[in-house]
Amino acid sequence: MIQTDILVVGAGPAGLMAAIMAARSGCRVILLERACYLGGQLVKQTHKFFGSKAEHAGERGIDIARLLVNDMEQTKGVTTWKNATVLGYYPDGVLTVKREDQFIKVKPKKVIVATGASEKTLAFPNNDLPGIYGAGAVQTLMNVYGVVPGKRMLMVGAGNIGLIVAYQLLQSGVEVAGIVEAGPAVGGYCVHAAKVQRAGVPIYTSHTIQRAFGGDSLEGVTICKLDEQWKKIPGTDQDLAVDGLCLAVGLTPLTELLWQAGCQMVFVPELGGYVPRRTPYLQTTHPDIWVAGDVSGVEEASVAMVEGIIAGLTAAGQLTHLSPQLNKALLEADEQLKALRSGPITAKIRAGIQKALVPFAHQTRLEEVV
Amino acid sequence: MLTPQGLPLPETLAASLPPAERLEQGAVAIFECFQKIPCNPCADACPRGAIKIESDINECPRLDYDLCNGCGVCLAHCPGLSIFVVDYSYSPTEALVKIPYEFFPLPEPEETVAALARSGECIGEARIVKVQQMKNKTTILWLAMAKELTGQVRNIARRRKG
Repeated sequence: MIQTDILVVGAGPAGLMAAIMAARSGCRVILLERACYLGGQLVKQTHKFFGSKAEHAGERGIDIARLLVNDMEQTKGVTTWKNATVLGYYPDGVLTVKREDQFIKVKPKKVIVATGASEKTLAFPNNDLPGIYGAGAVQTLMNVYGVVPGKRMLMVGAGNIGLIVAYQLLQSGVEVAGIVEAGPAVGGYCVHAAKVQRAGVPIYTSHTIQRAFGGDSLEGVTICKLDEQWKKIPGTDQDLAVDGLCLAVGLTPLTELLWQAGCQMVFVPELGGYVPRRTPYLQTTHPDIWVAGDVSGVEEASVAMVEGIIAGLTAAGQLTHLSPQLNKALLEADEQLKALRSGPITAKIRAGIQKALVPFAHQTRLEEVV
Repeated sequence: MLTPQGLPLPETLAASLPPAERLEQGAVAIFECFQKIPCNPCADACPRGAIKIESDINECPRLDYDLCNGCGVCLAHCPGLSIFVVDYSYSPTEALVKIPYEFFPLPEPEETVAALARSGECIGEARIVKVQQMKNKTTILWLAMAKELTGQVRNIARRRKG
C-alpha cells in the first residue's frame, strides 16, 4: 500500500496545476495519467489560447503543456505515474490503480479528480462507416501521430472545437466541405468562425446530418435544413461527397470515479451532463474529494488551469498551513476565474454552476479555507 | 452586429474603422474583434501601449490611432487572428494590407496570389511584398493590392502552378 498526502487523477491542464500547487504547499503528491504522455488535450491544441497572461494566453496549447510539465518537474514533491488508470475507489479511502502491468493500492489523504471529459456522438443512419470520427480522434491522428484523416471532410458542430479542428484540417491540407451546425448561430468564438470562412469553408447554421452513405467506407453525407423548432424541413436534402466526417457535438464530464465514491451528482445541461455538487472551492460533498477542470463542468482549458490552482491549494490547505504567498495565489486564482466567466458568452456556464453549488449553509468560505 | 455565421455586418465593420484622415496618413491596425470574450494578449503585445482593454477582460480592445504605427506585432499575438494592418499611403497606386497567416508552404516574396474576402471568395489579386516569420509561428504576410480592395481582402490563396 502506498501512502501519500494528495492523489491527483489526470495530468491535463487542471491536474498538472493542482499537482504543482499542492506540492508547493508542502504536500507529497502522486499525479496519475492514463496516457503515455502528460498534458491531456493540451498536446493536441496547435492554436493560440485566449484568456490572460496568467493562463498563458497567446501561447499555443502544445507549448502550454510543455510549460506546465516543466513547472511540475521543477516542483519538489510530485511523483508522476504515466500509463496509470484508476480502477476503483473503496469506502476505506483506498484507490486501486493499474500502472503498466502492476496492480497498486494507494491511500491518499485527499484526492483531486481531474479526469476531464469525453465526447458526445450523434445517432444517424450509417454512423458506423469507416471515415466517421469524433473531433478528438481527428486531433489525435493529425496532431499527435501526423496522420491525415481524410481528403475531403465535413465537420458537424460549430462550437469552438468544431471550428478549431476544421481550421487544423485545413492546415493539414485537408479540404473542408463545410461545417454543419444545428443551432441558429455559431456557438464558438466568432473569430474562429471568421478564420475558417475566409479560407473558403461555408458554415451551414440550422442544418443537421440526415444520414451517411458509402460501401466499405464513407462516400458522402446527406444534410438538411432545420426550422425554428429544430424540425427537418422537407425538400431541403443536399448530398455532399466526402470521405471523412468529424463530429464535434459537445463533451460530457468523465465522472465515473465520483459516482463510485458516492459524491452527490446533479444533472446540469449547461455544464455538459452530470457534475458533482461542490463548494466554490471545488470540494465535492465527499470530504476528501476535490474536482478541477472539465470533470466539474465542460469549459475552456484556461478555466481548467485556474480550477487546478484552486483545488490544489484548498485540498492542501486542509492538510497543511498555506504560506501568505500561496494564500495570495489562491485569492488571485479566485479573481481570475470570476473574470474568465464574467462575459456574455459564459452566461450559460454561470447559470450552470449555480445549479451545482452546494447549498450556502454548507459552503466553505474562502476566508475559512485560507 | 454579426451574422449567424459570426461575420461582421457592413455597418459593424464601417463603425470599427479608424477615421478616414488617419487611414490616409499611413499604416494602422484594424481590429475585427466584435464579440466579448475573455482575451487580452493584444494589449500586452503592443510595444507602444496603443491597445487598451478595460478592466473587464471580456471587453473588446480599443486602439489609440495616434499611438499605433501599424508595426503589426499585435497581429502575431492575437489568438483569434482578427487583427490586420492597412496602409493606404504605401504607393500612389497600391495599398498595403498585412494579414496573419498560418498555412504551409508559405508564399514567396513577389509571388502573385489570389486575394480572398472574409467569405473566402476570390475578389482579385495581391502581390506578396514580404513574408515576416514570427517566433510564435504566426507569419505576417505583407500584401500589395489595388486600394479599393483593402477593406475586403483578409486572406490569400496560392495559385496552383501550371
